[in-house]
Amino acid sequence: MLLRRTDLPLDRDASGRFLPWLVAVMVYLAALALICAIGANKVVSRWDQGLAGRMTVQVPASETGDGDRAGEVLAALQAMPGVRSAEALGAEEIARLLEPWLGTGSAYQDLPMPTLIAVRIDRAAPPDMAQLRHQLTQIAPGTVLDDHQSWLGKLLDLARSVQLVAVLVVGLVGASAVTMVIFATRMGLSVHGRVIELLHLVGAQDSYVAAQFQAHALRLALRGGVLGLLLAILTVLLVANLLRQSDAVALPDLSLLPLEWSLLPLLPLVVALIAMVTARLTVLRTLGRMP
Amino acid sequence: MRFEDVSLRYGAGPEILRHVDFHLEPGSFHFMAGPSGAGKSSLLKMMYLAQRPSNGGIQMFGRDVAGLSRSEAALMRRRIGVVFQDFRLLDHLSALENVALPLRIGGQRADKVRKHVAELLAWVGLADHLHALPPTLSGGQQQRVAIARAVVARPNLLLADEPTGNVDDRIAVRLLYLFEELNKLGTTIVIATHNETLVSRFSHPVLRLSAGEIRLSRSASPPGGQSTKGSAA
Repeated sequence: MLLRRTDLPLDRDASGRFLPWLVAVMVYLAALALICAIGANKVVSRWDQGLAGRMTVQVPASETGDGDRAGEVLAALQAMPGVRSAEALGAEEIARLLEPWLGTGSAYQDLPMPTLIAVRIDRAAPPDMAQLRHQLTQIAPGTVLDDHQSWLGKLLDLARSVQLVAVLVVGLVGASAVTMVIFATRMGLSVHGRVIELLHLVGAQDSYVAAQFQAHALRLALRGGVLGLLLAILTVLLVANLLRQSDAVALPDLSLLPLEWSLLPLLPLVVALIAMVTARLTVLRTLGRMP
Repeated sequence: MRFEDVSLRYGAGPEILRHVDFHLEPGSFHFMAGPSGAGKSSLLKMMYLAQRPSNGGIQMFGRDVAGLSRSEAALMRRRIGVVFQDFRLLDHLSALENVALPLRIGGQRADKVRKHVAELLAWVGLADHLHALPPTLSGGQQQRVAIARAVVARPNLLLADEPTGNVDDRIAVRLLYLFEELNKLGTTIVIATHNETLVSRFSHPVLRLSAGEIRLSRSASPPGGQSTKGSAA
């Protein structure tokens, strides 16, 4: 009964109305940024793992018939140390690869098509790529070796950029939370100046007053943080569902692992703790300056 | 409590109090009288550590208050009960919660103090208003809540600024008896009042303030006759 209300009527302050919503928006943005960073990381690692130890050799078609040249390249690859396997793709497989660009049908069968050879290399003892390239171009001029590193490197750069942006967003969210709580706390100190003075006159320490502000800030930030997180989760589930329905393999996979899901609630908790500590320090600092 | 050559002025204004010297023994009971504007409230403010003197020294409970940190001052204020002239109750808290405030700040558990607080409120005639919010109480009722809050923690020093200003004579005398009971338990009492009739009903010495100076009168009679200037012991 006696502790049902706090000594300071902070719940009636304007901060009680705007702070949870602002925190909700910030946590929402931070959660989305983190999930995007996790998604980008997954794309890179999926492609990295999928393409690790693989390369593609493209033997251009020859007007005089490339069957022999492709066969020679294939034989050279199979004999090369460090090459675990080399296999020319069949017509059906090439047709499937070209389908997104040329569509179904047999129109492309009249075109001079290169021969594609899928090569798996020994990652422990890979072949000398420069030597391999030289050797294959000797056999079939214009042969292209693609070990996917250039493409993967760009993808990795993109993922790192996304992660950097996510870190910046989280940092900005933290800084904004601190600024907002400082503002709201100072406003509260000003509005409740007479009550605080009375508490002091009755024997309250600065820490007693600070405890009320920090509990208030914790409560508001937690309320807003949970709301923001729930909205972010809903958004992610919606977007993940849309991504699953599309066939775009290069898009990130936003489905999270249980461990990643379990980390997300830390976001509102951390923001709430930041708010609590900020409120406490603001009160102690402000009251400490008083005579 | 010892005041030594204490003067007070606000900013660059005139001196409100000049060369105030007195000493109150532990367990003493004093009235403080004087016309409006004589400096009674300012003197009380210095007594409850809400105002520092412009000059001079103040010792409370054997400590020089000028050397107290904020934390030490807060702990010292817990030994002082104050009845403010404007009551200064917290409007969003019930009478019960207002009275329990010093106990709560002192770290006592709420469930342990409820009975004690309710009894005290009953003693000041507010048994039926335990859960009333101050704005719903009359001036006299608010004053009694303020008095109950000041005495609930059994302070070593009780300072009251016009504590009977809003109650009838019967309640006023009853409240003065409450202060006397506290005084018998060892609490030092200083009551600022302009009610000479009330002061005359008791035999306690009177600190008379006039034009910023203080005189000690052994009776309720006006200064000049039996008054002595300076320290009281």
